[in-house]
Amino acid sequence: MSEDKKKKYTTVSIPTPLYEKIKKRIEDTGFTSVSDYVTYVLREVLASLEEEEKEEVFSKEEEEKVKERLRALGYLD
Amino acid sequence: MVSKPHGDKLVRKIAARKTRERILSEKDEFPKLTVSTAVAIDAENIAHGIYSPLTGFMRSYELSSVLEHMRLPNDLPWTIPIVLDAPEDSVNFDEGDAVLLFHGGEVIARMYVDEIYRFDKKEFSEKVFRTSSEEHPGVRKVINMGEYLVGGEIELLNEVENPFAAYTLRPVETRVLFKERGWNTIVAFQTRNVPHMGHEYVQKAALTFVDGLFINPVIGKKKKGDYKDDVILRCYEVLFRNYYPTNASVLATVRYEMKYAGPREAVHHAIMRKNFGCTHFIVGRDHAGVGNFYKPYEAQEIFEEFPDLGIVPMFFREFFFCKKCGSIVNEKVCPHPKEYREYFSGTKIREMITRGEKVPPHFMREEVYDALKSFDDPFVGEDE
Repeated sequence: MSEDKKKKYTTVSIPTPLYEKIKKRIEDTGFTSVSDYVTYVLREVLASLEEEEKEEVFSKEEEEKVKERLRALGYLD
Repeated sequence: MVSKPHGDKLVRKIAARKTRERILSEKDEFPKLTVSTAVAIDAENIAHGIYSPLTGFMRSYELSSVLEHMRLPNDLPWTIPIVLDAPEDSVNFDEGDAVLLFHGGEVIARMYVDEIYRFDKKEFSEKVFRTSSEEHPGVRKVINMGEYLVGGEIELLNEVENPFAAYTLRPVETRVLFKERGWNTIVAFQTRNVPHMGHEYVQKAALTFVDGLFINPVIGKKKKGDYKDDVILRCYEVLFRNYYPTNASVLATVRYEMKYAGPREAVHHAIMRKNFGCTHFIVGRDHAGVGNFYKPYEAQEIFEEFPDLGIVPMFFREFFFCKKCGSIVNEKVCPHPKEYREYFSGTKIREMITRGEKVPPHFMREEVYDALKSFDDPFVGEDE
Protein backbone atom coordinates (compact mmCIF):
# COMPACT_ATOMS: atom_id res chain seq x y z
CA MET A 1 0.00 0.00 0.00
CA SER A 2 1.31 3.45 -0.86
CA GLU A 3 2.02 5.97 1.92
CA ASP A 4 -0.83 8.14 0.60
CA LYS A 5 -3.36 5.30 0.78
CA LYS A 6 -2.16 4.30 4.26
CA LYS A 7 -3.08 7.77 5.50
CA LYS A 8 -6.58 7.54 3.99
CA TYR A 9 -7.45 4.05 5.13
CA THR A 10 -7.19 2.08 8.31
CA THR A 11 -7.80 -1.52 9.21
CA VAL A 12 -10.72 -2.90 11.20
CA SER A 13 -11.17 -6.53 12.04
CA ILE A 14 -14.20 -8.62 11.34
CA PRO A 15 -14.63 -12.34 12.05
CA THR A 16 -13.27 -14.56 9.27
CA PRO A 17 -16.57 -16.45 8.73
CA LEU A 18 -18.33 -13.09 8.23
CA TYR A 19 -15.60 -12.02 5.81
CA GLU A 20 -16.12 -15.25 3.83
CA LYS A 21 -19.89 -14.78 3.84
CA ILE A 22 -19.59 -11.24 2.48
CA LYS A 23 -17.03 -12.35 -0.10
CA LYS A 24 -19.53 -14.87 -1.40
CA ARG A 25 -22.40 -12.41 -1.32
CA ILE A 26 -20.62 -9.74 -3.42
CA GLU A 27 -19.76 -12.14 -6.23
CA ASP A 28 -21.24 -10.82 -9.47
CA THR A 29 -22.22 -7.51 -7.86
CA GLY A 30 -20.70 -4.10 -8.44
CA PHE A 31 -18.56 -4.42 -5.32
CA THR A 32 -14.96 -5.24 -6.09
CA SER A 33 -13.86 -6.06 -2.55
CA VAL A 34 -15.18 -6.89 0.89
CA SER A 35 -13.77 -3.56 2.10
CA ASP A 36 -15.84 -1.65 -0.46
CA TYR A 37 -18.98 -3.48 0.57
CA VAL A 38 -18.38 -2.98 4.29
CA THR A 39 -17.67 0.73 3.72
CA TYR A 40 -20.93 1.06 1.76
CA VAL A 41 -23.00 -0.67 4.43
CA LEU A 42 -21.47 1.32 7.27
CA ARG A 43 -22.13 4.59 5.46
CA GLU A 44 -25.74 3.58 4.98
CA VAL A 45 -26.11 2.71 8.63
CA LEU A 46 -24.50 5.93 9.81
CA ALA A 47 -26.63 8.03 7.45
CA SER A 48 -29.76 6.45 8.74
CA LEU A 49 -28.66 7.00 12.34
CA GLU A 50 -27.92 10.65 11.59
CA GLU A 51 -31.31 10.99 9.99
CA GLU A 52 -32.85 9.76 13.20
CA GLU A 53 -30.92 12.29 15.22
CA LYS A 54 -32.15 15.24 13.20
CA GLU A 55 -34.15 17.69 15.23
CA GLU A 56 -37.34 19.29 14.09
CA VAL A 57 -36.32 22.54 12.49
CA PHE A 58 -38.61 25.52 12.45
CA SER A 59 -37.66 28.84 11.03
CA LYS A 60 -36.79 31.40 13.71
CA GLU A 61 -39.73 33.51 12.64
CA GLU A 62 -42.14 30.60 12.85
CA GLU A 63 -40.86 29.53 16.25
CA GLU A 64 -41.24 33.08 17.57
CA LYS A 65 -44.81 33.22 16.33
CA VAL A 66 -45.59 29.95 18.07
CA LYS A 67 -43.99 31.17 21.29
CA GLU A 68 -46.03 34.36 21.11
CA ARG A 69 -49.26 32.36 20.96
CA LEU A 70 -48.10 30.08 23.78
CA ARG A 71 -47.36 33.12 25.93
CA ALA A 72 -50.70 34.71 25.08
CA LEU A 73 -52.48 31.54 26.16
CA GLY A 74 -50.48 31.30 29.37
CA TYR A 75 -48.52 28.17 28.43
CA LEU A 76 -45.19 30.04 28.52
CA ASP A 77 -44.01 32.84 30.81
CA MET B 1 -35.54 14.65 22.75
CA VAL B 2 -39.25 14.68 21.97
CA SER B 3 -40.68 12.04 19.61
CA LYS B 4 -40.10 12.41 15.93
CA PRO B 5 -43.38 12.75 14.03
CA HIS B 6 -44.88 9.53 12.75
CA GLY B 7 -43.27 8.93 9.37
CA ASP B 8 -40.44 11.33 10.39
CA LYS B 9 -41.91 14.55 9.01
CA LEU B 10 -44.56 16.75 10.58
CA VAL B 11 -47.18 17.36 7.92
CA ARG B 12 -48.25 20.99 7.37
CA LYS B 13 -50.97 21.37 4.81
CA ILE B 14 -52.08 24.91 5.40
CA ALA B 15 -52.47 27.11 2.33
CA ALA B 16 -50.06 30.04 2.15
CA ARG B 17 -51.72 33.42 2.64
CA LYS B 18 -51.62 34.45 -1.02
CA THR B 19 -52.79 31.05 -2.24
CA ARG B 20 -55.62 31.12 0.26
CA GLU B 21 -56.76 34.58 -0.80
CA ARG B 22 -56.66 33.57 -4.46
CA ILE B 23 -58.62 30.36 -3.90
CA LEU B 24 -61.23 32.12 -1.79
CA SER B 25 -61.66 34.83 -4.42
CA GLU B 26 -62.23 32.11 -7.03
CA LYS B 27 -64.30 29.85 -4.84
CA ASP B 28 -67.34 29.86 -7.11
CA GLU B 29 -65.30 28.27 -9.87
CA PHE B 30 -64.64 25.07 -7.92
CA PRO B 31 -66.96 22.11 -7.42
CA LYS B 32 -68.20 22.09 -3.83
CA LEU B 33 -68.57 19.28 -1.35
CA THR B 34 -70.24 19.83 2.00
CA VAL B 35 -68.73 17.70 4.74
CA SER B 36 -69.70 16.73 8.29
CA THR B 37 -68.10 18.26 11.38
CA ALA B 38 -66.12 15.05 11.91
CA VAL B 39 -64.66 15.21 8.39
CA ALA B 40 -63.97 18.95 8.71
CA ILE B 41 -62.06 18.32 11.91
CA ASP B 42 -60.20 15.42 10.31
CA ALA B 43 -59.17 17.82 7.55
CA GLU B 44 -57.86 20.21 10.19
CA ASN B 45 -56.02 17.41 11.94
CA ILE B 46 -54.40 16.33 8.68
CA ALA B 47 -53.40 19.92 7.93
CA HIS B 48 -51.85 20.47 11.35
CA GLY B 49 -49.92 17.22 11.32
CA ILE B 50 -51.90 15.49 14.06
CA TYR B 51 -52.36 12.63 11.58
CA SER B 52 -48.83 12.79 10.13
CA PRO B 53 -47.82 11.28 7.73
CA LEU B 54 -51.27 11.56 6.14
CA THR B 55 -51.54 14.48 3.75
CA GLY B 56 -55.13 13.84 2.75
CA PHE B 57 -58.06 11.48 2.96
CA MET B 58 -57.31 7.85 2.20
CA ARG B 59 -57.50 6.33 -1.25
CA SER B 60 -58.78 2.78 -1.67
CA TYR B 61 -55.32 1.16 -1.58
CA GLU B 62 -54.54 2.98 1.68
CA LEU B 63 -57.88 2.08 3.19
CA SER B 64 -57.54 -1.60 2.34
CA SER B 65 -53.99 -1.67 3.72
CA VAL B 66 -55.22 -0.11 6.98
CA LEU B 67 -58.20 -2.44 7.24
CA GLU B 68 -56.21 -5.54 6.36
CA HIS B 69 -52.80 -4.94 7.93
CA MET B 70 -53.30 -2.02 10.33
CA ARG B 71 -50.50 -0.34 8.42
CA LEU B 72 -50.16 2.19 5.62
CA PRO B 73 -48.91 0.85 2.29
CA ASN B 74 -45.35 1.89 3.27
CA ASP B 75 -45.60 -0.40 6.34
CA LEU B 76 -46.00 2.41 8.87
CA PRO B 77 -48.43 1.48 11.68
CA TRP B 78 -51.87 3.02 11.14
CA THR B 79 -55.04 1.50 12.55
CA ILE B 80 -57.97 3.86 11.94
CA PRO B 81 -59.20 4.81 8.46
CA ILE B 82 -59.26 8.54 7.84
CA VAL B 83 -61.79 8.82 5.07
CA LEU B 84 -64.08 11.39 3.53
CA ASP B 85 -67.53 9.99 2.81
CA ALA B 86 -70.04 11.48 0.43
CA PRO B 87 -73.57 10.53 -0.56
CA GLU B 88 -73.99 9.77 -4.25
CA ASP B 89 -75.93 12.94 -5.05
CA SER B 90 -73.13 15.15 -3.69
CA VAL B 91 -70.44 13.72 -5.95
CA ASN B 92 -70.70 16.30 -8.74
CA PHE B 93 -67.00 16.18 -9.63
CA ASP B 94 -64.50 13.76 -11.13
CA GLU B 95 -61.21 12.22 -10.20
CA GLY B 96 -58.51 14.76 -10.98
CA ASP B 97 -60.65 17.75 -9.98
CA ALA B 98 -59.79 20.25 -7.28
CA VAL B 99 -62.81 20.53 -4.99
CA LEU B 100 -63.58 22.90 -2.15
CA LEU B 101 -64.76 21.33 1.09
CA PHE B 102 -67.45 23.30 2.88
CA HIS B 103 -68.66 23.06 6.43
CA GLY B 104 -71.35 25.23 8.00
CA GLY B 105 -71.45 27.35 4.86
CA GLU B 106 -67.72 28.14 5.07
CA VAL B 107 -64.91 26.88 2.88
CA ILE B 108 -62.49 24.87 4.97
CA ALA B 109 -60.15 23.16 2.53
CA ARG B 110 -59.20 22.50 -1.03
CA MET B 111 -58.95 18.87 -2.00
CA TYR B 112 -57.31 17.32 -5.03
CA VAL B 113 -59.52 14.35 -5.79
CA ASP B 114 -57.42 11.30 -6.65
CA GLU B 115 -60.10 8.70 -6.34
CA ILE B 116 -63.83 8.30 -5.83
CA TYR B 117 -64.72 4.78 -4.72
CA ARG B 118 -67.33 2.66 -3.02
CA PHE B 119 -66.61 0.74 0.15
CA ASP B 120 -68.04 -2.19 2.02
CA LYS B 121 -69.53 -0.87 5.28
CA LYS B 122 -69.78 -4.28 6.86
CA GLU B 123 -66.16 -5.13 6.17
CA PHE B 124 -65.11 -1.65 7.34
CA SER B 125 -66.99 -2.14 10.63
CA GLU B 126 -65.82 -5.68 11.23
CA LYS B 127 -62.19 -4.74 10.71
CA VAL B 128 -62.18 -1.46 12.63
CA PHE B 129 -64.63 -2.25 15.44
CA ARG B 130 -64.32 -6.05 15.40
CA THR B 131 -68.10 -6.18 15.14
CA SER B 132 -70.88 -5.20 12.77
CA SER B 133 -73.46 -4.97 15.56
CA GLU B 134 -75.56 -1.85 15.41
CA GLU B 135 -75.33 -1.69 19.18
CA HIS B 136 -71.85 -0.31 18.64
CA PRO B 137 -71.92 3.52 18.23
CA GLY B 138 -69.05 3.41 15.72
CA VAL B 139 -70.87 0.88 13.57
CA ARG B 140 -73.98 3.03 13.63
CA LYS B 141 -71.95 5.95 12.30
CA VAL B 142 -70.49 3.85 9.52
CA ILE B 143 -73.96 2.70 8.49
CA ASN B 144 -74.98 6.35 8.19
CA MET B 145 -71.94 7.31 6.11
CA GLY B 146 -72.32 8.22 2.43
CA GLU B 147 -71.93 5.44 -0.12
CA TYR B 148 -68.78 6.89 -1.67
CA LEU B 149 -65.37 7.70 -0.31
CA VAL B 150 -63.28 10.47 -1.81
CA GLY B 151 -59.50 10.19 -1.51
CA GLY B 152 -56.87 12.82 -2.10
CA GLU B 153 -54.63 15.49 -0.63
CA ILE B 154 -56.00 18.54 1.10
CA GLU B 155 -54.90 22.04 1.96
CA LEU B 156 -56.54 23.90 4.82
CA LEU B 157 -58.01 27.29 4.01
CA ASN B 158 -60.03 28.08 7.15
CA GLU B 159 -60.25 26.64 10.64
CA VAL B 160 -63.49 25.12 11.82
CA GLU B 161 -65.17 27.21 14.53
CA ASN B 162 -63.66 26.20 17.86
CA PRO B 163 -65.21 27.15 21.22
CA PHE B 164 -62.08 25.89 22.99
CA ALA B 165 -59.50 27.69 20.87
CA ALA B 166 -57.62 28.93 23.93
CA TYR B 167 -56.98 25.32 24.98
CA THR B 168 -56.28 23.93 21.52
CA LEU B 169 -52.63 23.36 20.77
CA ARG B 170 -51.26 21.94 17.52
CA PRO B 171 -48.22 19.68 17.24
CA VAL B 172 -46.03 22.54 16.05
CA GLU B 173 -46.97 24.38 19.25
CA THR B 174 -46.60 21.50 21.69
CA ARG B 175 -43.22 20.68 20.20
CA VAL B 176 -42.00 24.22 20.84
CA LEU B 177 -43.63 24.21 24.28
CA PHE B 178 -41.95 20.94 25.33
CA LYS B 179 -38.61 22.22 24.06
CA GLU B 180 -38.98 25.52 25.93
CA ARG B 181 -39.79 23.66 29.11
CA GLY B 182 -36.74 21.47 28.65
CA TRP B 183 -38.73 18.24 28.57
CA ASN B 184 -37.18 15.30 26.78
CA THR B 185 -39.70 12.70 27.83
CA ILE B 186 -43.40 13.42 27.87
CA VAL B 187 -46.26 11.11 28.73
CA ALA B 188 -49.66 11.75 27.17
CA PHE B 189 -53.00 10.98 28.74
CA GLN B 190 -56.03 10.81 26.49
CA THR B 191 -59.38 11.36 28.13
CA ARG B 192 -63.08 11.84 27.47
CA ASN B 193 -64.01 11.81 31.15
CA VAL B 194 -63.98 14.13 34.10
CA PRO B 195 -61.06 13.19 36.30
CA HIS B 196 -61.56 10.91 39.28
CA MET B 197 -58.89 9.87 41.76
CA GLY B 198 -57.99 6.79 39.70
CA HIS B 199 -57.14 8.99 36.71
CA GLU B 200 -55.09 11.31 38.85
CA TYR B 201 -53.20 8.40 40.36
CA VAL B 202 -52.34 6.92 36.95
CA GLN B 203 -51.27 10.29 35.54
CA LYS B 204 -49.05 11.10 38.48
CA ALA B 205 -47.60 7.59 38.60
CA ALA B 206 -46.65 7.96 34.93
CA LEU B 207 -45.23 11.44 35.49
CA THR B 208 -42.85 9.98 38.07
CA PHE B 209 -40.89 8.38 35.22
CA VAL B 210 -40.79 11.23 32.70
CA ASP B 211 -40.18 14.98 32.48
CA GLY B 212 -43.67 16.15 31.61
CA LEU B 213 -47.32 15.17 31.62
CA PHE B 214 -49.54 16.11 28.68
CA ILE B 215 -53.24 15.81 29.52
CA ASN B 216 -55.07 15.88 26.23
CA PRO B 217 -58.87 15.71 26.52
CA VAL B 218 -60.75 14.92 23.36
CA ILE B 219 -63.15 17.63 22.28
CA GLY B 220 -65.78 16.64 19.77
CA LYS B 221 -68.82 14.48 19.21
CA LYS B 222 -69.36 11.84 21.81
CA LYS B 223 -71.98 9.29 22.61
CA LYS B 224 -74.99 9.59 24.85
CA GLY B 225 -74.03 9.57 28.51
CA ASP B 226 -70.48 10.85 27.98
CA TYR B 227 -69.50 14.09 29.69
CA LYS B 228 -69.92 17.29 27.71
CA ASP B 229 -66.72 18.94 26.51
CA ASP B 230 -66.98 22.06 28.65
CA VAL B 231 -67.59 19.93 31.74
CA ILE B 232 -64.45 17.87 31.17
CA LEU B 233 -62.38 20.96 30.60
CA ARG B 234 -63.72 22.83 33.63
CA CYS B 235 -63.07 19.86 35.90
CA TYR B 236 -59.52 19.48 34.64
CA GLU B 237 -58.88 23.22 35.04
CA VAL B 238 -59.85 22.94 38.69
CA LEU B 239 -57.78 19.82 39.23
CA PHE B 240 -54.75 21.39 37.56
CA ARG B 241 -55.01 24.58 39.55
CA ASN B 242 -55.12 22.78 42.85
CA TYR B 243 -53.18 19.56 42.51
CA TYR B 244 -50.78 19.49 39.55
CA PRO B 245 -47.21 20.79 39.31
CA THR B 246 -47.46 23.51 36.66
CA ASN B 247 -43.82 23.12 35.66
CA ALA B 248 -44.32 19.46 34.83
CA SER B 249 -47.79 19.29 33.34
CA VAL B 250 -49.76 20.77 30.47
CA LEU B 251 -53.48 20.69 29.76
CA ALA B 252 -54.50 21.15 26.14
CA THR B 253 -57.35 19.79 24.09
CA VAL B 254 -57.44 17.97 20.79
CA ARG B 255 -60.42 18.04 18.47
CA TYR B 256 -61.33 14.57 17.37
CA GLU B 257 -64.43 12.44 17.12
CA MET B 258 -64.22 9.34 19.28
CA LYS B 259 -64.69 6.12 17.33
CA TYR B 260 -64.95 3.74 20.31
CA ALA B 261 -62.83 1.29 18.34
CA GLY B 262 -61.06 -0.02 21.45
CA PRO B 263 -57.70 -1.62 20.56
CA ARG B 264 -57.30 -0.09 17.12
CA GLU B 265 -58.21 3.33 18.45
CA ALA B 266 -55.76 3.04 21.33
CA VAL B 267 -52.94 2.74 18.79
CA HIS B 268 -54.36 5.66 16.83
CA HIS B 269 -54.50 7.77 19.97
CA ALA B 270 -50.85 6.93 20.62
CA ILE B 271 -49.86 7.95 17.07
CA MET B 272 -51.64 11.29 17.44
CA ARG B 273 -49.76 11.99 20.67
CA LYS B 274 -46.49 10.95 19.08
CA ASN B 275 -47.13 13.68 16.53
CA PHE B 276 -47.59 16.16 19.38
CA GLY B 277 -44.07 15.20 20.45
CA CYS B 278 -44.92 12.83 23.29
CA THR B 279 -42.59 9.92 23.97
CA HIS B 280 -44.95 7.86 26.14
CA PHE B 281 -48.64 7.14 26.10
CA ILE B 282 -50.84 5.87 28.92
CA VAL B 283 -53.08 2.94 28.05
CA GLY B 284 -55.45 1.94 30.79
CA ARG B 285 -58.19 -0.59 31.14
CA ASP B 286 -60.66 -0.76 28.23
CA HIS B 287 -59.08 2.19 26.45
CA ALA B 288 -61.46 3.71 23.85
CA GLY B 289 -63.86 0.88 24.51
CA VAL B 290 -67.62 0.85 24.74
CA GLY B 291 -70.01 -1.57 26.42
CA ASN B 292 -68.60 -5.08 26.44
CA PHE B 293 -67.29 -5.06 22.89
CA TYR B 294 -63.64 -5.42 23.93
CA LYS B 295 -61.83 -7.40 26.58
CA PRO B 296 -60.57 -5.21 29.44
CA TYR B 297 -56.92 -5.32 28.34
CA GLU B 298 -57.32 -5.91 24.60
CA ALA B 299 -56.28 -2.32 23.94
CA GLN B 300 -52.96 -3.02 25.68
CA GLU B 301 -52.33 -6.35 23.98
CA ILE B 302 -52.57 -4.88 20.48
CA PHE B 303 -49.40 -2.85 21.05
CA GLU B 304 -47.39 -6.09 20.84
CA GLU B 305 -48.04 -5.97 17.10
CA PHE B 306 -46.33 -2.59 16.77
CA PRO B 307 -42.73 -2.69 17.99
CA ASP B 308 -42.04 0.06 15.43
CA LEU B 309 -44.66 2.50 16.71
CA GLY B 310 -42.14 5.07 17.94
CA ILE B 311 -43.97 5.95 21.17
CA VAL B 312 -43.76 3.90 24.34
CA PRO B 313 -47.08 2.66 25.70
CA MET B 314 -47.33 2.73 29.49
CA PHE B 315 -49.77 0.07 30.58
CA PHE B 316 -51.72 0.41 33.78
CA ARG B 317 -53.90 -2.21 35.39
CA GLU B 318 -57.11 -1.19 37.06
CA PHE B 319 -56.71 0.90 40.18
CA PHE B 320 -59.09 0.83 43.11
CA PHE B 321 -59.42 2.28 46.57
CA CYS B 322 -58.58 -0.29 49.26
CA LYS B 323 -60.27 0.44 52.57
CA LYS B 324 -57.67 -1.62 54.42
CA CYS B 325 -54.67 0.03 52.73
CA GLY B 326 -56.45 3.38 53.00
CA SER B 327 -55.13 4.39 49.58
CA ILE B 328 -55.39 3.89 45.83
CA VAL B 329 -53.71 0.66 44.83
CA ASN B 330 -53.89 -2.10 42.25
CA GLU B 331 -53.89 -5.89 42.40
CA LYS B 332 -50.13 -6.04 42.19
CA VAL B 333 -49.49 -4.03 45.33
CA CYS B 334 -52.55 -4.74 47.48
CA PRO B 335 -52.72 -8.01 49.44
CA HIS B 336 -56.26 -7.53 50.72
CA PRO B 337 -59.37 -9.42 49.65
CA LYS B 338 -61.99 -8.01 47.29
CA GLU B 339 -64.43 -6.92 49.96
CA TYR B 340 -62.08 -4.07 50.86
CA ARG B 341 -61.97 -2.76 47.30
CA GLU B 342 -63.94 0.11 45.81
CA TYR B 343 -63.51 0.35 42.07
CA PHE B 344 -63.48 3.62 40.13
CA SER B 345 -66.43 2.85 37.96
CA GLY B 346 -67.30 5.67 35.57
CA THR B 347 -70.83 4.32 35.35
CA LYS B 348 -71.18 4.28 39.13
CA ILE B 349 -69.91 7.86 39.40
CA ARG B 350 -72.29 8.99 36.63
CA GLU B 351 -75.20 7.33 38.44
CA MET B 352 -74.30 9.06 41.71
CA ILE B 353 -74.14 12.42 39.97
CA THR B 354 -77.44 11.84 38.19
CA ARG B 355 -79.09 10.95 41.51
CA GLY B 356 -77.61 14.08 43.05
CA GLU B 357 -75.49 12.09 45.50
CA LYS B 358 -72.13 13.42 46.59
CA VAL B 359 -69.20 11.48 45.19
CA PRO B 360 -66.93 10.59 48.13
CA PRO B 361 -63.53 12.35 48.22
CA HIS B 362 -61.57 9.12 47.84
CA PHE B 363 -63.31 8.79 44.45
CA MET B 364 -63.24 12.40 43.29
CA ARG B 365 -61.61 15.60 44.50
CA GLU B 366 -64.14 17.88 46.14
CA GLU B 367 -63.15 20.78 43.87
CA VAL B 368 -63.78 18.59 40.83
CA TYR B 369 -67.11 17.46 42.20
CA ASP B 370 -68.13 21.09 42.87
CA ALA B 371 -67.15 22.07 39.31
CA LEU B 372 -69.13 19.16 37.96
CA LYS B 373 -72.17 20.03 40.04
CA SER B 374 -72.11 23.60 38.75
CA PHE B 375 -73.50 22.26 35.45
CA ASP B 376 -77.23 21.63 35.22
CA ASP B 377 -76.73 18.68 32.91
CA PRO B 378 -73.15 17.52 32.50
CA PHE B 379 -73.93 14.66 30.11
CA VAL B 380 -74.36 14.37 26.37
CA GLY B 381 -78.06 13.77 25.76
CA GLU B 382 -78.08 11.78 22.53
CA ASP B 383 -75.51 10.35 20.13
CA GLU B 384 -74.69 13.47 18.16
